[in-house]
Amino acid sequence: MQIYLNGEEKQIPANLDMAGLIGLLELTGQRIAVEVNEELVPRSGFEGHPIKANDRVEIIHAVGGG
Amino acid sequence: MPNEIHNDSFSVAGREFTSRLLVGTGKYKDMQETRDAIDTSGAEIVTIAVRRTNIGQNKDEPNILEVLPPSEFTYLPNTAGCFDAQTAVRTCRLARELLDGHNLVKLEVLGDEKTLFPDVVQTLQAAEELINDGFDVMVYTNDDPIMAKRLEEMGCVAVMPLAAPIGSGLGIRNRLNIRTIVENAKVPILVDAGVGTASDAAVAMELGCDGVLMNTAIAAAQNPVLMASAMKKAIQAGREAYLAGRMPAKRFASASSPVDSLFF
Repeated sequence: MQIYLNGEEKQIPANLDMAGLIGLLELTGQRIAVEVNEELVPRSGFEGHPIKANDRVEIIHAVGGG
Repeated sequence: MPNEIHNDSFSVAGREFTSRLLVGTGKYKDMQETRDAIDTSGAEIVTIAVRRTNIGQNKDEPNILEVLPPSEFTYLPNTAGCFDAQTAVRTCRLARELLDGHNLVKLEVLGDEKTLFPDVVQTLQAAEELINDGFDVMVYTNDDPIMAKRLEEMGCVAVMPLAAPIGSGLGIRNRLNIRTIVENAKVPILVDAGVGTASDAAVAMELGCDGVLMNTAIAAAQNPVLMASAMKKAIQAGREAYLAGRMPAKRFASASSPVDSLFF
C-alpha cells in the first residue's frame, strides 16, 4: 500500500496502524508528533489509528530555530 | 543593588521570568555552541522550530530538546516558515502535542520571502483560531501601533513588533512606533527580529520594551558566546536606564561643575 510519508511516496504493509508504522520506522519512543491529512494524531491515539492508502503522513520533531 | 532592579521580573501568560532576553536556537555551528551561547545569555525562554523528522537518518544526532531540557528552559515553539494562517495553526498544534500540552507559542505568519515581513491579515486569522483553541500566543508583527493594539485586544499574551527584517541586523528602524506600541500596551511588548548588536538591544529596552527576542545577532556573530554575554548586559543596562528615567535631552550645554564661587 502506498502512502506519502513526509512528502515522499512510501510502500508500507496494508493493515498497519500508526503505532505499527512508527515501529516500522524505528521511531517508537522518540519525541515526535504526527499528523495525517493535515489533522493531528495524538500519541495516545497511535494504537489503533488506521492508515489508509494515499494518506499523507507527516512526522515532525523539534529543531533549533529563531 | 537598588530594589527596582532586584524585583524587576517579567511575566507573560502567568509565567514569571527574571531574564528579559529571549533567544532563538537556530544557526549555531553545533549543539555545544548553542548550549554555551544560551547559557551565557542567561535566557530562560528559548524558541524552537518543528520540522519533518529525517526518516532513517541521523539517528544519533543530539536533539535540541535534550541539549536544552525543559527542566531548565521554557520553550517557545515558533511557526517560522509559515506563509498562511492554516499552516501556522497546524504547526502550533503539532508543537503542543510534541511538548506534552505546552500551550505557549510564537506565532509568525510571513508574507514574503525577500523581506520576511509578517502577513498581518493571516496573522490575525491564525491568532484568533489559536486563542480559541486554548493557546497562549506571543505574536510577531509589524512595528504598527494599530495592529499591535488589535492583536492585544484579541487576547494575544504578548505582542512582538519587529525592529527590522528577520536576520537583517539593522537595529530599530522606527523608534517612535516602538515607543507608541509600548505606551499603548497592557501586555508585554518584546522587540523580535532585526537586532544586530548590543546597542540595538539596549535601545529597545530604553524605549520601554519588556524584552527582546533575538537569534541571528548572537548566532551569526564572529564569537557567539561573547555576543551572548554582551546582549545580556545590554538588556540589563537598557532596562535599568529605562527604570532610572533618563535626563531630558537639551540642544545646548549645561555646566556640570558649579558656576558660582569661581576664584577668577
